[in-house]
Amino acid sequence: MQEINVALVGNPNTGKTSVFNQLTGLNQQVGNYPGITVDKKTGGCQLSKNQSAKIIDLPGTYSLNASSEDERIVTKLLLDENQTDFPNLAVVVCDALNLKRNLLLFTQIKSLGIPTILAINMADQMDRKGINIDVPALENALDTKIALISARKKQGFNELKQLIADYKNLPVNTSFNIDDIAPEYFNTLKNEFPTQEAYKLWLVISQDIVFGNITKQQISDKNKNLLLEASALKKLQHKETVKRYQFIKEKLDKHYNIDLNKATGFRAKLDNILTHKVWGYVIFFFIMLLIFQAIYDWSSYPMDFIDSSFASLSTWISELLPPGKFTDLLTEGIIPGIGGVVIFIPQIAFLFFFISILEESGYMSRVVFLTDNIMKRFGLSGKSVVPLVSGTACAIPAVMATRNIEDWKERLITILVVPFTTCAARLPVYLIIIALVIPDQRVLGIFNLQGLTLMALYVLGFGMAILSAWLLNKILKSNVKKYFIIEMPAYKLPLARNVFFNVVEKTKAFVFGAGKIILAISIILWVLASYGPTKEFYDAETFVTENYADSLSPEEIDTKIASIKLENSFLGLAGKGIEPIVAPLGYDWKIGIAIVSSFAAREVFVGTLATIYSVNSEEEETIKNRMAAEVNPILGGPLFNFASGISLLLFYAFAMQCMSTLAIVKRETKTWKWPMYQLISMSAIAYIFALAAFQLLK
Amino acid sequence: METTAAQLKKGQKGIIKTYHAEHIPLKLLEMGCLPGNEIELLHIAPLKDPLYININGSHLAIRKETAKHIEIEVVK
Repeated sequence: MQEINVALVGNPNTGKTSVFNQLTGLNQQVGNYPGITVDKKTGGCQLSKNQSAKIIDLPGTYSLNASSEDERIVTKLLLDENQTDFPNLAVVVCDALNLKRNLLLFTQIKSLGIPTILAINMADQMDRKGINIDVPALENALDTKIALISARKKQGFNELKQLIADYKNLPVNTSFNIDDIAPEYFNTLKNEFPTQEAYKLWLVISQDIVFGNITKQQISDKNKNLLLEASALKKLQHKETVKRYQFIKEKLDKHYNIDLNKATGFRAKLDNILTHKVWGYVIFFFIMLLIFQAIYDWSSYPMDFIDSSFASLSTWISELLPPGKFTDLLTEGIIPGIGGVVIFIPQIAFLFFFISILEESGYMSRVVFLTDNIMKRFGLSGKSVVPLVSGTACAIPAVMATRNIEDWKERLITILVVPFTTCAARLPVYLIIIALVIPDQRVLGIFNLQGLTLMALYVLGFGMAILSAWLLNKILKSNVKKYFIIEMPAYKLPLARNVFFNVVEKTKAFVFGAGKIILAISIILWVLASYGPTKEFYDAETFVTENYADSLSPEEIDTKIASIKLENSFLGLAGKGIEPIVAPLGYDWKIGIAIVSSFAAREVFVGTLATIYSVNSEEEETIKNRMAAEVNPILGGPLFNFASGISLLLFYAFAMQCMSTLAIVKRETKTWKWPMYQLISMSAIAYIFALAAFQLLK
Repeated sequence: METTAAQLKKGQKGIIKTYHAEHIPLKLLEMGCLPGNEIELLHIAPLKDPLYININGSHLAIRKETAKHIEIEVVK
């Protein structure tokens, strides 16, 4: 059986992803392009009984002149004949409403000599929008085959598959003459390399992309006049665009008609409301509130269910298997570790459910439009708003949501600063410490001081994120000058199928990309907390039974044993080891242990303290009373006072204490460099602020 | 002073005369910002920037700093 490679290309917002989903169904894989952060999406498509195709869904682009990493992928794949994925043909997906602009990319791909099909999408709307296409005449004029399709209505796909199967009959000549751009230059190019497509060489020169065995260096070796200076290069690129548009206009004017008034009426009405100076923000606020509600509140039901299911699974297996190290590893290490990955799925699924709807409908571009002016002051653009706001629920889906930021530097900055926003996991820590050290009073008669403190912490987190973004924008160098251009696509009803595929894809990316790392670290943390190097650790049970058998109840004995074991475990020793480091912040070794174990997830702080204090209760009140009774070993007086409390709040506000976030940042940036950078710099910032607060307030 | 796209009022249209090549990204040209084409200002963001324009059937948002490098002739 013969498999052919099909490159699916097209402008953003043309429904290319819908076409991909329609051609491949659930038969999709996400892989990597070597060395870069762009995901590679491929899928199988059965064309006929004995012919199948591998569809490669390339990132949306307006042209082969790449301006981002995503767009370079397209140019690279279409140039390099030695790649295993080199396409036998390209399918260019176009929007029937804006054919003129879409054809620019089409004529470029034709110039590469690749057999190309023009798939005109949204063909079902042509009548309503007043569009008329003379298909056979246009096929002739553009030297191609045209498929009129509608991904939404699932129309025209049999014809498209038929054209793909018959790709050997596609015309490869091109009526656009590249010599028109600059006759002298392109003639020299052709004379020097008579066997190559001149346009390919031009892309090698202008894009600095290596294809096959031809590099920029080799071209310059042959004739160094062929390499142009930046300004001359840009001039030729501009000229290319002008010439291509002239060509397109000439061909389209004869065979394509559009009634613009019919085409844009609905968009204009909706834009009047959605980008309105008051209603625009009100609507955006309510949409964000809804998203927030979903990841904060609705997802807590499935999360609680996952939590208790994994707990019961552990209990059930520990009763089933004979006691021993293996059973412990399974029930206390591996199963809770997997549970710790699965627990994030509801939040990720909810966030991407909403994000895909916002993107599919075209609303996301309006959000960018409304908020860009605020964000640009900090070196970001409106595209960072949704990730930053959703970070207030959980940083993990928020980091994944940065994928729609095309500019790499801007995306990286957003990823780096998102963990400063106050995620839900910080809340239990904040609540218990605020209850301990901030008096329950009213200010100005109405505001509760504890509530104000909590709000101040949220503002602080967001402020720190914005401030860091501004700083990083000054520090990080980028050699590309950044321009802000976004398309404002027509409004569409989101397709359930596309939303579903997107949610599945993002969830899989998290579970299989970051999940492995989270599982590994949580097993390591469990081992460190369950084993110790000393006699005290192993003798804990005999020690407690001998000394406390008369004074404590059996339950209290168990918690006492757990407390002594944790204190003498590797993790406990690490906590004790860092006591000299955290003492200037006002903490003792017990808080040290809680901080070290918080690395699994911040909310573990409270539970760890409960174990160390051998409080046999998850009741917040009990733990709180026990904490209030603690005495500072060096300074005397209560351990949790105003100074150490504020210090601890600041520490938790700024420190990078979430291995899951580090794992997802590794997944999204494809290197350990950036998560390590976050870990070190955020911890340093946290330490400095906590130190200053304690030393000034004590 | 030449009239630029940054000076358009909401709902106004113009014809692109020329652009300052060194300040205009190739991408904008590829989206249709070429001399002779029509440009219409559809909306201005509530915070005065960016601008929501229609060039040659492409609906885009660009910042004022880019728009001021597109010289136009106002149509109406």
